[in-house]
Amino acid sequence: MGLKDSPRHIVGIAQPVKTMAQRFTFLVLVLAAVAMMILGKADAVLTDRVRVFVTDAAAPVLDVISRPVESVNGLIQEAKDLYAIRTVNTELKKDNARLLQWQTVARNLESENTILRGLLNFVPDKDASFITARVIADTGGVFANSVLLNAGERDGLRKGQAAITGQGLVGRVTGVGRRSSRILLISDLNSRIPVMVQPGGVRAILSGDNSDQPRLIHLPPSAVVGRGDRVVTSGDGGAFPPGLPVGRVSSVSEKDIFIRPFIDRTRLGYVRVLDYGLTGIVGSPPNHSGISAADEKRLRNTKR
Amino acid sequence: MKPSIWSRLDVLVRKLTPIVLTLLLVVVSVMPLHVPGLSRVVPVLPLIAIYHWAVYRSELFPAYAAFGVGILQDVFTGAPLGINALVFVLVYGIVVSQHRFLFGKSFAVIWIGFGLVAGAASAVTWVLISIWNLAVIELSAVYIQYLFTFGLFPGVAWLFLRWQRLVLKDV
Repeated sequence: MGLKDSPRHIVGIAQPVKTMAQRFTFLVLVLAAVAMMILGKADAVLTDRVRVFVTDAAAPVLDVISRPVESVNGLIQEAKDLYAIRTVNTELKKDNARLLQWQTVARNLESENTILRGLLNFVPDKDASFITARVIADTGGVFANSVLLNAGERDGLRKGQAAITGQGLVGRVTGVGRRSSRILLISDLNSRIPVMVQPGGVRAILSGDNSDQPRLIHLPPSAVVGRGDRVVTSGDGGAFPPGLPVGRVSSVSEKDIFIRPFIDRTRLGYVRVLDYGLTGIVGSPPNHSGISAADEKRLRNTKR
Repeated sequence: MKPSIWSRLDVLVRKLTPIVLTLLLVVVSVMPLHVPGLSRVVPVLPLIAIYHWAVYRSELFPAYAAFGVGILQDVFTGAPLGINALVFVLVYGIVVSQHRFLFGKSFAVIWIGFGLVAGAASAVTWVLISIWNLAVIELSAVYIQYLFTFGLFPGVAWLFLRWQRLVLKDV
């Protein structure tokens, strides 16, 4: 007894075979996706390379499509600005008066600084150069907080550089393709940035959790932090230059200290990527404890 | 008579449009729109597309298309590679397996079906990403994202239904 006996059997079996083939494809795809996730956890470098490759290939498309969106946004912003011109003008006049006072203070400090530096034979910091790039994709904020830029390796971007706007720190370059790159925003779950709270100079780590307000962790036990304190990068770990404005302390409770960043996420149109020639902790992306997995392993090994 | 090469090409291009439109939705959903608050809860537009094509024209939208769309979504959004691919393929598989139930039903039933499937998809994504990151992700944003996606379903589905009538009628 075989299927060859009558053609009816073949017709009867064609559908189940097709269904089986579909089920098989389905199963293979599910397994492939799961394998990718596990591989991504085990070998982040490989999946990062895939990600950068695809992003790079798609960058021109994203760039072109985001242009009209950008223009429309520009127009809307223009209209809003026009509407608010009076109020803004009054505010600016007030600000101007205040800033003129600050200017005097700054000039005095500058001259004093020059004299003191002369006395100490101080070696000045290297001047930073920067690359301005346009945000071509904002990837949403529920599960990950990052943006894509239309500049990459060929424009001088490197992994680990700081991205800023006029308002403050945006994030860190985490993936660089030839013509595109990814910025991990300071609000992302995986973002850890060494910061300093002013005044007082309390050192801490700014830790994102995908919400609007990242929190301060790893504060020294005796630290005093108040609402409204300014938070700037500390430069610890050598990843970022010190002194970049990050945000203000928005709430302090027993458990958590939250920061409201200076940058306005919804207004990220162009960002500047700073090139200080620092390499720092690049290459070993910090995990939740702020130590790389390799370091942790070594620590465990030495303990034993 | 055998159809000419041009008409065959025409049919082929039409047949590819469901996949192309879905890929386009992935791109659209990552455009920086500068709408206050939106970037926190961007709707999962490709999910709507995958559900829609799985219900109406699954023969033009095979499972590996859902996989590919998911990978692109992962790459762009910076989610762990494979997560959206898995969720989209699962959604596709569930919908296709319920094809007999969903086919020919009223729009309201299709929409409610999407509500259930998208809810499950959000929950699975949330669990997977929380496990992957070994941290609990804020649930409220996920919930708002879900509501947003659910609310946008009729709009996107309407566009696709028109597209089906205009472009995919004879293919």
